[in-house]
Amino acid sequence: MRAWLKQFWATGDLFVWGCGAGLSLSLLMIGGLLFLILINGFGYFWPSDLIELTLKDGKHVIGQLAGEEVSPKGVPRIRVKVGNRDLYGLDYRWINTDQIVERSRPANLIILERREWGNFYGRVSALHKGDEVVTEGAASIQQALPPLLRQAAVPDSADAYSLLVADANGKEKSIPLEQVLRLLTPNDLSVLGKAWVYIGNVWAVLTTEPREANTEGGIFPAIFGTVMMVLIMTVIVMPFGVIGALYLREYARQGVIVRLVRIAVNNLAGVPSIVFGVFGLGFFVYGVGGTIDALWFSDRLPNPTFGTGGILWASLTLALLTVPVVIVSTEEGLAAVPREYREGSIGLGATKWETIWQVVLPAALPGILTGLILAMARAAGEVAPLMLTGVVKLAPALPIDGAWPFLHLDRKFMHLGFHIYDVGFQSPNVEAAKPMVYVTTLVLILVVVALNLAGIVLRNRVRKKYAGSAV
Amino acid sequence: MLDRQYRTMTGSLPLAVPSLMTMQDGGQGHSMAPQHDHAPAKSKLLVRSFSFFYGPTQALFKIGIDIPEHQVTAFIGPSGCGKSTLLRCMNRLNDLIEGARHEGDILLDNEDIFSPSIDITHLRKRVGMVFQKSNPFPKSIYENVAYGPRLQGLNQRTVLDGIVEHSLQGAGLWEEVKDRLTKSALGLSGGQQQRLCIARALAVKPDVLLMDEPCSALDPIATGRIEELLFTLKKELTIVIVTHNMQQAARVSDWTAFLYMGQLVEFGLTKKLFTAPAQKQTEDYITGRFG
Repeated sequence: MRAWLKQFWATGDLFVWGCGAGLSLSLLMIGGLLFLILINGFGYFWPSDLIELTLKDGKHVIGQLAGEEVSPKGVPRIRVKVGNRDLYGLDYRWINTDQIVERSRPANLIILERREWGNFYGRVSALHKGDEVVTEGAASIQQALPPLLRQAAVPDSADAYSLLVADANGKEKSIPLEQVLRLLTPNDLSVLGKAWVYIGNVWAVLTTEPREANTEGGIFPAIFGTVMMVLIMTVIVMPFGVIGALYLREYARQGVIVRLVRIAVNNLAGVPSIVFGVFGLGFFVYGVGGTIDALWFSDRLPNPTFGTGGILWASLTLALLTVPVVIVSTEEGLAAVPREYREGSIGLGATKWETIWQVVLPAALPGILTGLILAMARAAGEVAPLMLTGVVKLAPALPIDGAWPFLHLDRKFMHLGFHIYDVGFQSPNVEAAKPMVYVTTLVLILVVVALNLAGIVLRNRVRKKYAGSAV
Repeated sequence: MLDRQYRTMTGSLPLAVPSLMTMQDGGQGHSMAPQHDHAPAKSKLLVRSFSFFYGPTQALFKIGIDIPEHQVTAFIGPSGCGKSTLLRCMNRLNDLIEGARHEGDILLDNEDIFSPSIDITHLRKRVGMVFQKSNPFPKSIYENVAYGPRLQGLNQRTVLDGIVEHSLQGAGLWEEVKDRLTKSALGLSGGQQQRLCIARALAVKPDVLLMDEPCSALDPIATGRIEELLFTLKKELTIVIVTHNMQQAARVSDWTAFLYMGQLVEFGLTKKLFTAPAQKQTEDYITGRFG
């Protein structure tokens, strides 16, 4: 028995299994998280069927099924997204199943996407122009609507178009057409038709601006702001990180001071990011930005130009946050360059700088790009420092536009990470915003993956170019 | 007279040639110049009571060698005897090592290479180096050879083309690579890479070529090609080669120095050193009794 136990320990089987189990567990957790985000994020775009419920008290409810559960009291119930916030106040409603007499899916139920008050669920009866009826019935209205929606709306004019709609219990409401974004009859759509709507929805979220305190509409400005900020950060951090690492590794006399600097750099990576945010606010925004304003934009004071949060200051703050990552990876890349390369170059009469520039740096490029990838991943996911240095919940303009000088580094911007926080925790209508949080999270993850993939492709290309090198 | 003897020697093992030379003064003491009555060749590199230290450790003890021009001089000796150190001092590559220092002189064409007035990059252009591990840069074949001339400011394509072709021909590699000059040098075989490194060294037109065990990582065929190359190269250059392989030293070199524990034990004509060594230690080493 003891011999067996000894042999069991010696083979290390237990550790192999333990390592395998640990790895599986972490993979499972990551996979579960991604699965949750994917299901909820992608599910958001699907135009699911509308159901009409007849309750015991004779009332009707129209909405989309949003969940089923057994309440804490032991009563089975369903959750329905009933929309019509202007009429009911809340988007969601719980209904005990024992109250339901009948469920049906009439084909004439509509979803009306509006600029205000969220979706309207119900029936449409007529399209008015001014006071006269243009057309009646869901099918003909749906045909007449798209060209009208494309026209510029003329608010408050006498012959403005409006839709006469009714909720589940027949309560009528007139909705001016300028409020209407789209009219859908999901119960009437085939799977293919729904897929088309689905693709349209995805496209709309990726390319349009947010509505209704960010809980509806698209997230394009946030995607743009995130990518832009990461790119500006990259442009700033790469030269600084590489130059710092070059000096530390190649030129500085290795001694106590260099060791201390290295420890300091490594510790910088562990400083909470909000501290960087505070530093960015104090140094970049108020210090540097305030000075720039006083020197060159004094005519606009007291309105700040650079002396307030902006994409440049946010990028600089993040560059500071990620510079240790770049320094560490670049140093490792430099250390991995074989000594033979340096000696070969020096032996041909090259100076130290020529050797570094022509041979060492190209050979260390994969290591440097690894640093870039890590820095981008870190920067894209940071929110806290941005909140102090330039992110806003709704930016009036993108940092790039057609007006000179095209790139507006002083502008505030939107960011996906902050968007998640804002929509999920600061919105007045948290329940309705939940799908948007999932969608934004999904897009943020995809953006980070895309940026990383770009970096990895670049690195592999460089590696292939130097195939056979030791790095 | 000597030249004629060398010509007949090339290609055959000097060990097989019965030595007609009698053992002269074995060269006691520290400084061993080649016997001038046997060596009409002019000295290219003079090493004068040269000592070298890695920090507190002394690696070379008062070495004195005259390296004759247009000849191949081999350094042999067991690992750690200081032969590579001595070689790397000849183009001051050991300057890169922190805490290294030296005593004594090395003269290249009667000029002290350690004198402050020497331009070290110029020195390294005159004294080229080929390393034990072939080290082509991760660039194209063309760019590897053009690296040295480019450093000197040569940028004209036609001039560079000429240098690259000439150097590759000098290294016996031109026929094999002329159709893929733009391909990565790292795609070449080990032997080709080493010849590329020789071509790269030749491209800066050095007077002296130092070779640090250039064949130790190569198969016999590749080794053979490089050894053949040495015979043609020595018409243009002075070659100093460090080798572990005594047969190789015997095959390719005209002069051989045996170093042991940082001391120069014996220096003389290869033929003589291998057939009638003056020192007991040398004899023990070349007959494989130690080392």
